[in-house]
Amino acid sequence: MSAADGGVQRGFLGRRPRVLRVLWLTLVWVLLWGTFSWANLLGGLAVAVGVLVLFPLPAVSTGGRLRPLALLRVVLDVARDLAVSSVQVAWQSVRPGPPPRSSIVAVEISDDSELLMAMLVECLSLVPGSVVVDASAEERTLWAHVLGADDDAAVDRFRAQVARLEADLLEVGVHRVRVEAASSGRTEVGTDPLDDPDPVDPEPTEHRPHDAAGADDDSSAALPSREAGR
Amino acid sequence: MTGLLDVVGAVLVLLGALLALAAAIGLLRLPDVLSRMHAATKPQTAGLVLVVVGAALLLRTSVDTWMLVLVGAFQLITAPVTAHLVGRLAYRSGGVREDLLHRDDLADREDDPAR
Repeated sequence: MSAADGGVQRGFLGRRPRVLRVLWLTLVWVLLWGTFSWANLLGGLAVAVGVLVLFPLPAVSTGGRLRPLALLRVVLDVARDLAVSSVQVAWQSVRPGPPPRSSIVAVEISDDSELLMAMLVECLSLVPGSVVVDASAEERTLWAHVLGADDDAAVDRFRAQVARLEADLLEVGVHRVRVEAASSGRTEVGTDPLDDPDPVDPEPTEHRPHDAAGADDDSSAALPSREAGR
Repeated sequence: MTGLLDVVGAVLVLLGALLALAAAIGLLRLPDVLSRMHAATKPQTAGLVLVVVGAALLLRTSVDTWMLVLVGAFQLITAPVTAHLVGRLAYRSGGVREDLLHRDDLADREDDPAR
């Protein structure tokens, strides 16, 4: 598959996830030693390759293009939110009086990308109010425990906050870009065929080896209309 | 200049320690597991990041600084995962004070495999 769609724009992660993983693990190794030397670099490379061979990761579907400015904005927003929420929770912890009431709120998300969902869960646990209790990619729903949400207005505020965060994350571009033009032969999908143990997939559609077939049907039906608006 | 860096570093370490203290108090005082996970993620993470930044300003040697960067990064990545897993388990095993819940959308979920 990778040879077939050469020259086509691919996701920044979709290009070579394995190479990126090796680079990341090598970087961690060098940082752990604290000093740069060729011995550290080569040792890190060996360890990284060894780890990835022994513990292979499932393919992550990615697509789109990274927008650094949007990413910077999300990082700054989350950092600010983390500061606010820390003070908030710290106050809720030490203030006198009865324990705070809370809510478990279901939030639907508009995209079914697992990567986006993972990032959303990570961010939501750090920003004010919420810890994600459960998540379902098939149902595109998160259930978050919102500390201190004791009326419907607070629940609505939380929903609006999630929607904003999701929109910001979508701006970054790490969501999956679906195949919208299977007929025109254009493939804009980030699944790396190297990670697929058995890449005999005749369709040009995205194929996630670890995915349930049912989830794929549902999303391929729903997504093209949404992608057309981009 | 070094004096200023030392002061800023010390203040950051102190602030971080205060947040960590608040997180510890929250772990004891908040009513149920889910609420406690809030204390274990946010002030705890922010406190650790502040301590790490402060320590980096105080130490100012590259070998230690890179290690501190890794400590902060992994805390930011792993704390939400822990909170999510513990929270999910706690909910499914009944570790929630339902009398303190304003609403519970998970209770309405019909196809919850845990039920």
